[in-house]
Amino acid sequence: MKLDPKNTQRAAVAVLGSATLLTLTALIFIIVFVLEKGLPVLNWSFLTGAPQDMGRAGGIFPAIAGSVALTVLAVLLAAPLGVGTAVYLTEYTRESRLTAIIRFGADCLAGIPSIIFGLFGFILFVTILKMGWSLLAGGLTLALMILPTIIRTTEEAIKAVPLSYREVSYSLGATRWQTVYKVILPNALPGILTGVMLGVGRSLGETAAVIFTAGSSLRMPASIFDSVRTMAVHFYLLAREGISAENAYGTAAALIIAVLSVNLLAYWMMNRMVAKRT
Amino acid sequence: MPDKIALNKFSVHYGPDPLLQEIDLEIQSNQILGVIGPSGSGKTTFLRALNRMNELQPGFTASGRIMLDGEDIYGLDYDAVSLRKKVGMVFAMPVPLPMSIHENIIYGPKLSAGRGWKYDEAVVESSLKAAFLWDEVRDRLKTSALRLSGGQQQRLCLARTLALEPEVILLDEPCSGLDPVSTAKIEEALTILKERYTVILVTNNTKQAARVADRTAFFLMGKLVEEGTTQQMFTAPKDKRTSDYITGRFG
Repeated sequence: MKLDPKNTQRAAVAVLGSATLLTLTALIFIIVFVLEKGLPVLNWSFLTGAPQDMGRAGGIFPAIAGSVALTVLAVLLAAPLGVGTAVYLTEYTRESRLTAIIRFGADCLAGIPSIIFGLFGFILFVTILKMGWSLLAGGLTLALMILPTIIRTTEEAIKAVPLSYREVSYSLGATRWQTVYKVILPNALPGILTGVMLGVGRSLGETAAVIFTAGSSLRMPASIFDSVRTMAVHFYLLAREGISAENAYGTAAALIIAVLSVNLLAYWMMNRMVAKRT
Repeated sequence: MPDKIALNKFSVHYGPDPLLQEIDLEIQSNQILGVIGPSGSGKTTFLRALNRMNELQPGFTASGRIMLDGEDIYGLDYDAVSLRKKVGMVFAMPVPLPMSIHENIIYGPKLSAGRGWKYDEAVVESSLKAAFLWDEVRDRLKTSALRLSGGQQQRLCLARTLALEPEVILLDEPCSGLDPVSTAKIEEALTILKERYTVILVTNNTKQAARVADRTAFFLMGKLVEEGTTQQMFTAPKDKRTSDYITGRFG
């Protein structure tokens, strides 16, 4: 049977539309499911209180602090390194076998399961470099884990800056660095931010790599050499050890809300940045 | 008067392909040199050779010499960055940087000012006036340059180049996308600008060369066919190919 263009158009709309609908349904189902079970537990004292009896009672404040500290540390370490590498690869080197190998390496690194990063971080940072289970070891491990994503998204963002901007900048007597600093980075910033936010999301949600390197101490960390427990790890342990399903869902709800608000903040910042320049 | 720019057996290759072949040409200061020729004749490559923009793309090689005030700009110790401050360029498509009108103008002056970011604010008004744009934008210097019309954007690009206070101005078909009124404004600006600068104008519009250029050069397939006063080129060209092109028999 031959379909006329009108019918193929209708079929395409139907197929693409239902794919979108299915994706949205799955997403909404997960969020609603977690929030429904978790929201009743969420209140001010749960968010700001210290856990008691392994988390059966009390709040999750140390876990929130752990998540924030670990993610901030990982991003602070990975973002400058990743952006620097991406700028070097795109603006300072000509395409060659070497840059292709570096890119391939970054892509492979992005696909490695996080537990392998955890094992690597445990051997290198925790054991050989004697950092112990600590914020520092966990932050370094997560930084390595999100680095490839930041490099690749930054590269794409930099490549999307029109060539004509570079030409104009050079023609006005700018050096390569001045062009990078004044034209390329400001215009690539929304894209770079996307990569960083992906990294933030991965760090917040990571468990395997974190348990191996930052440990699971429930105390408030006093320095980067202290062990911490993140919200994701706290949720995992509460659920896995059968300590408290209620508080596990409460933690999960807090985690989901945190990720959503970080993303919303990022979108707002991106829109502001783009609006400022047009 | 010594030549401002002198090309000596200057050639450009892209990979193995010759784009410009053994060009010999002297350019005087305070004149407009019109450069005409069909597309693919090497006009733009010639223009971009004068401020060493070709070398930004891998694969371009140059040989021969281009002297600017008696110095070889392709010499080993000649700095391309300082060359581009002396030899400003306006591109065929207007490309305002995505920042305010004001920031576009001071982009160049600020770069050379170094760490203190000190530059002469008066340059904003003087360069915009010289490009016949001041009256249209004086009240909205802080708005984005992307909001200007195409003709205004191209005049902004001219003003931005003038703000460098260059000695030579290169224009690559600056009016190709503009309406007649904007074109007239740019041409008017150019005839005034030549009193202070050396202007080289690549154009696909032979009538434009006839209107504003003091001398005209005709390029064909990477070679300079003929160069002379505009009057002589348009009334009594020496080469048959020149007269064929000017009268519209090909190209």
